[in-house]
Amino acid sequence: MLSTSTLPLILTLPLLGAIAIACVGRWPNLRETISLLTAITLAVLVFSWFPEVSDGARPRFVLSEPLPGLTLALSLEPLGMMFACIASFLWIINTIYSIGYMRGNDEKHQTRFYICFALAIAAAMGIALADNLFTLFLFYELLTLSTYPLVAHKGDAKTIASARVYLGVLLATSIGLLLPAIIWTWVATGSTTFTLGGIIEGKLAGPAVGLLLGLFVFGIGKAAVMPVHRWLPAAMVAPTPVSALLHAVAVVKAGVFSITKIIIYIFGVDFLFNEPSAQWLQFAAAFTILTASIIALYQTNLKRMLAYSTIGQLSYVIMATVILKPLAEVGAAVHIAAHAFGKITLFFAAGAIYTAAHKTELWQLAGIGRRMPITMAAFTIGALSMIGVPPTAGFVSKWFILAGAFQAENYIAIFTIIGSTVLNAMYFLPIIYFAWLAPPADGVDMNHGEAPKAILLALSVTAALTIVFFFFNQPLLDLESQLVESLPL
Amino acid sequence: MNLADHLPALQVALPLLTAPLVILLRNGFLAWLAALVASGVSLGLAILLTQAVLGPGVPEYAVGGWQPPFGISLNVDGLSALVLLLVTGASTLGLAGGRLSLRRDIDNRRAPMFYGAWLIALAGLCGIAVAGDAFNVFVFMEISSLATYILIAAGRDRRALSAVFKYLIIGTIGATFYLIGVGFIYMMTGTLNFADMALRLGDVIETRPIIIAAGFITIGLALKAAVFPLHIWLPRAYTYAPNAVTVFIAACSTKVSIYVLLRFNYGVFHGNLLGHSDLFSVFIVPLALSGILLASAIAIYQGNIKKLLAFSSVAQIGYIALAAGLATQAGLMAAQLHMFNHALAKGTLFLCVVAFVLTSRSANITKLAGIGRRMPWTMGAFVIAGLSLIGVPGTAGFISKWYLVVAVMGVPGWGVPLVIAIIISSLMAVVYLWKFVETAYYGTPPDGDVSAMEVPLPLRVLIWFAALANIYFGLAPRLPIALAESGTSTLLGGLL
Repeated sequence: MLSTSTLPLILTLPLLGAIAIACVGRWPNLRETISLLTAITLAVLVFSWFPEVSDGARPRFVLSEPLPGLTLALSLEPLGMMFACIASFLWIINTIYSIGYMRGNDEKHQTRFYICFALAIAAAMGIALADNLFTLFLFYELLTLSTYPLVAHKGDAKTIASARVYLGVLLATSIGLLLPAIIWTWVATGSTTFTLGGIIEGKLAGPAVGLLLGLFVFGIGKAAVMPVHRWLPAAMVAPTPVSALLHAVAVVKAGVFSITKIIIYIFGVDFLFNEPSAQWLQFAAAFTILTASIIALYQTNLKRMLAYSTIGQLSYVIMATVILKPLAEVGAAVHIAAHAFGKITLFFAAGAIYTAAHKTELWQLAGIGRRMPITMAAFTIGALSMIGVPPTAGFVSKWFILAGAFQAENYIAIFTIIGSTVLNAMYFLPIIYFAWLAPPADGVDMNHGEAPKAILLALSVTAALTIVFFFFNQPLLDLESQLVESLPL
Repeated sequence: MNLADHLPALQVALPLLTAPLVILLRNGFLAWLAALVASGVSLGLAILLTQAVLGPGVPEYAVGGWQPPFGISLNVDGLSALVLLLVTGASTLGLAGGRLSLRRDIDNRRAPMFYGAWLIALAGLCGIAVAGDAFNVFVFMEISSLATYILIAAGRDRRALSAVFKYLIIGTIGATFYLIGVGFIYMMTGTLNFADMALRLGDVIETRPIIIAAGFITIGLALKAAVFPLHIWLPRAYTYAPNAVTVFIAACSTKVSIYVLLRFNYGVFHGNLLGHSDLFSVFIVPLALSGILLASAIAIYQGNIKKLLAFSSVAQIGYIALAAGLATQAGLMAAQLHMFNHALAKGTLFLCVVAFVLTSRSANITKLAGIGRRMPWTMGAFVIAGLSLIGVPGTAGFISKWYLVVAVMGVPGWGVPLVIAIIISSLMAVVYLWKFVETAYYGTPPDGDVSAMEVPLPLRVLIWFAALANIYFGLAPRLPIALAESGTSTLLGGLL
């Protein structure tokens, strides 16, 4: 039995890592060793909690109580456990990748990059472990602020302008909508603690519930439900490791994770299912899924296309959550994991192509498969996972979401998922085809090989995981099924 | 009577009596040191008084043994203790952090006089907080104001002279209004002591002189407190004052006027004048609201960081006035907490400005471009204090914003619009602070030089101490909350 007093260590470890990185910034090798060691230690620490939480333990630790009843507290439950595991584990791989990428591209301000990265991970851990809305909000803002220097990394006028959009949208929505939603919840219920079954029931009813849900969904801009998605394509000006871990996994998943957690633990699934004013959310999610996929079809820049694909995939999680049936809730949780593996692989591949060949546009990729076979193989696996083809991770979550949708006889969800699958295939399959089979376009330099080894190692591991997850996902399913144990099938 | 019983008197007497001694010193450094020690000891006294208020309570102090209501009495409750902490803390912070900056701004020959004036201003502000009667409040108000005019005009920037003249005129009008009001009340009740006044006012309620007195006092104090649109003296005075002086006055001088406003309106009028609190709300809330919105908007367009922060102060005073104008228990809590937290944040921000100007010799935002890379420590502290000003959780500013929003939501019918106004203003705070932060981190310095140029270590330590205090009081705000609770119960004592 681990002591609950080790919970704050999950937060302080990356913070200490950041300080250590700042101190040894002059020696790159030492700095990156410390980065890697911090990531590994953190992952070990997080995973050591997995068996206990899986057995039903719910450790809780109160850091401080600034106002009576308003605590800064950490706790682990299945959803947060999974999010913490994914983020901390992928941080290791991402650090390896970062070393290859940052050195391969000779980027400036690398010490700042590693410091902010560690801070962002600390904030993501804080979101994963938040015991109440107040704690969640604190770390949510910290995540926004700590990723700003990463997005603005390049420092030229265009990057700054994009970074301003990033910060502006995320801060404006969180202060303007999320904070009022939290205060409203506090005033209405006298609590902000995540409680199984929700805390709203009996305190609010009618249209107020739908409105509060709206404040939460659009206040959590990180979930990128349209129309608050603009920051995500803007964030693509960041170095690719940032896009890969933060804007495909940690930041955006923090968004959908928060919404899922709020729906399950603040509203309560049963309560929301019977509340007609909350039904608008599935339309919003469906709209986002389809529109984002259509916009992705028209993109010519690889990273921007992936960003729009992410926006669509994020709303899968929201859609799955608002089906409000047990299988779909499991599907939502599993999709957070499945999409993470697939999308980080795609971004890793995009970064590898940029590092080795300095290519960013889709038309330049024709015939690149022969030059960079490992990278493109990984890209193919990631793309298949996005479409949801077996044997990849994407299939598992789609299976559960569809099963939940049929259980609820929710035809909007079913048709959206089918439509989106077709659209996903429409924008990913041509790339795969051209990359492997088409001759290179005129005037495109093809005198390059694979990316540095650190990059290849990282993307091979994530690509392998995308496939492994298809066969080996029982521990995660066991963990997440606890989310819905109390619900009637 | 042991020494501890004399604390309220010492709080005023110590800086007041040290001031002439400081003037006698012929050396700028010694004068600074003496002033710093006096200010530090005053802070110590304020802390002792605070402990006493939260523990056994501080007995009423009769000056010279003459019992009130005939003699002069000094009273210290939670609200006074809060103000005393602010005043002495800001003074100590300004003096300790302003050493290098003041050496540059103030002629060495005149430095002893300057520090003498500083201590007199400190004594006056402390005096307002402990005085138990309306007339002594006026006396101390004049003492502190006159000394403050000297402090503001003491720098090398000649624009300070016209700024201070404006301040002098408006400040005098405010003080005169206050005195007229007090005169009317004295005419009708024959007393100046707050407690006695509150008792005797019952006999003469709804007489015209009392109603007029309430009007004069409220407007006079609103002028001194720079409640929008009576704020016109503030931005220029803050901007052209020596930087260290701005740290001192920005953190506490307007708060002290709000303190008197609270004392009079709640301690004296609220229980006696029928419908006074409604009138007070109707007067102050719209002004506060327009201040919150307009001053924040104006701040966005400022090119000088000191002026930007000054307009932000006008907006923040709006928050305090709004909370105070709600005339509810929650509102009063929010007002007092925001006095404390805003002083903390603004003091830290202006202290960072001291450091910026020390190295780059300009407070112009375009000239400060790239300063974040050249002075990473100072800029880091600036960002933390800025977050506190915005009200991001984990910082002190969040605590008072939380109280403010909860208080505002309790207003029947107006809850939602008021919350929206507060949110809009907070977002504007994000914009005007980020405008500076972005230029500071990513702008190109005017001369293209990006080498490090931090201020000396002691100043950096002090700045970070202030910045970390913003975080400490955001995570463990027991002290200000306890003081505000004590203050609220005295202010509303007769009504609860």
